[in-house]
Amino acid sequence: MLSASTPPPPRPRRLADNYFKGMESFFTRFKNVLVLVAILLAQTIGLAVQVRRPVDPSAPDGSSVTLIRYWAVSAVTPFERFFHGFGYNLRHGWSNYIDLRHTRQQNYDLQQEIARLRLEQAALSEDAIQGHRLQALLNFQQHYVASTVAAQVIGSSGSDLSRVLYIDKGAKDGLMPDQGVITPDGIIGKLRDVFPRTAQVLLINDQTSGAGVVLATTRLRAILRGSTTGQILINNLTPDSRIKPGEQVLTSGGDQVYPRGLPVGTIESIKPDPDHQPYTLIQLRPAANLNQLEEVLVITGTQPALPPATQHDLAVGVATSEAQAAAAKQLADQQAAEAAAKSAAQIVADRLPGLHDPDHPEADTTNPATPGAPARVPKPLPTIHPDHFTSGATPPAADLKPGAPSSSDPVTIRNPTPSATQPSTTPQPPPAKPNQPQPTNPQP
Amino acid sequence: MATRSYTSRRELEQHTFPPAVTVLVPLAAILLQALLPRPFPRLAILDLPLIVTIFFAVSRRNPVAGTLTGASIGLLQDALTNTPIGVNGMAKSVIGYIAASIGIQIDVENLTTRIFINFGFFLLNSFLIFLINRRLLAHADFHILWLHELLRAVINTVVALPIFFLLDNARRRE
Repeated sequence: MLSASTPPPPRPRRLADNYFKGMESFFTRFKNVLVLVAILLAQTIGLAVQVRRPVDPSAPDGSSVTLIRYWAVSAVTPFERFFHGFGYNLRHGWSNYIDLRHTRQQNYDLQQEIARLRLEQAALSEDAIQGHRLQALLNFQQHYVASTVAAQVIGSSGSDLSRVLYIDKGAKDGLMPDQGVITPDGIIGKLRDVFPRTAQVLLINDQTSGAGVVLATTRLRAILRGSTTGQILINNLTPDSRIKPGEQVLTSGGDQVYPRGLPVGTIESIKPDPDHQPYTLIQLRPAANLNQLEEVLVITGTQPALPPATQHDLAVGVATSEAQAAAAKQLADQQAAEAAAKSAAQIVADRLPGLHDPDHPEADTTNPATPGAPARVPKPLPTIHPDHFTSGATPPAADLKPGAPSSSDPVTIRNPTPSATQPSTTPQPPPAKPNQPQPTNPQP
Repeated sequence: MATRSYTSRRELEQHTFPPAVTVLVPLAAILLQALLPRPFPRLAILDLPLIVTIFFAVSRRNPVAGTLTGASIGLLQDALTNTPIGVNGMAKSVIGYIAASIGIQIDVENLTTRIFINFGFFLLNSFLIFLINRRLLAHADFHILWLHELLRAVINTVVALPIFFLLDNARRRE
């Protein structure tokens, strides 16, 4: 029983307690949703900070983001290196020691290929040197690959929306961000993040990738971009009838990442771009196989002059080309002299009469048959027993007058005697006619 | 006589895992995801970290744990890509929360249920990534081939079923 002296409890404390109890029940009831919202909010803020930060080509991420990536990469790459090394040793142990069955044939084929390439280089060397001379005259600045670092591909991002590779070389091997990465077939991308012992390669078919290119035939400059579907596209060219599928695309050197002239790919299709009218959407097939890369080269240095090895190769090519030209000229001169000598001999032979044996026409040395001359008609042999049908037995027409006395003389056949000194080019006189019945004139 | 009463279904079927499994299985999933596409480029269509996220979320039946598991796996996956960190984190956070919430309500041990939830969550993941890139990051050129995403969902569902059965053996025996 309350007495009049017992003070009532203070109302603000009850209100505060009720308030806190209410909040506690609210947080308890919606704990799960609140945790989800908080996590999403934190990640959204993180995304906003990353997107708003001005992009520095040498550092695409902020320091904190780079640190997070470094931790993640450090946790994963040791296992990638282990598995890559294990597989590499297994494959090469087999191919280097056990599977050497076709090595000799491969060696022979490679030597043949080298010989063919040397001849091809000889044909192109002079043009290349002339081109360099002209560029020097025009004071044209061009960068050539001076040094490269070979690296093995050890892993990927694991997502087909992010086309990046990890290689087993890093900052300690002299790599830096934005260095181009190539293979002998063509370019594949550039370095994005470089860690101490590994580096991240952004492939050219990634949606955030780009490169300056030039069409080999039409010499049109364009910008190459990747896409979310893994295709490489050019979408900043207006429709041009000169651009055709099959045209080669090379690096232009304008992006200061890839030296000029490296193969990029081949045009596969050309169609209007529905998102960027009136430009066309040109799809390329990459020169390098971006899906199966094992070894790559990182361009660590460029220089304005050709590397010494390339200059030596060009000089060898020029020398080979000159030797080939001299040999060809000598052969042509020799053939011309032989042709001239033959023609003089033929002229002389045509002018002088020559003797020939009809039985052995090929042995006739006085008048050798010239190649191409028509064949002589062989002279018939004289008959042994002439008769009415013997050639030359027909009497001349003057002896065939009507009423002419018929000759009772026996037929005397004169056998034509071949002349030993003169060819019988003139027809022989006919032999004496045989006793033929004479036509009688009817008496009036 | 002592009696037992269970106040909620969640107390019956909540599973726990050893700490080693909780840490190593997601790491192994991320590692395999990074290694497999190199010799087999076609395997880039798989999403092993998402399979692991769904499994842990439906097994634990704890939305907070599912959200945190999804966030951590997604952020680790983002760290290996060139995309901003948080894209996969946000998507997998949402999926972890929803998977755990569904796990409370229905029986997820059933094979048919597992097929449907895997297929649905893979499509949801594609949609969330599309939404984040288009709306949050303002990538107007971000396109998705929905037929390819449908195929991705089917393939990953097929791969998820044996992985689920394999990971069922990693549960703690109580």
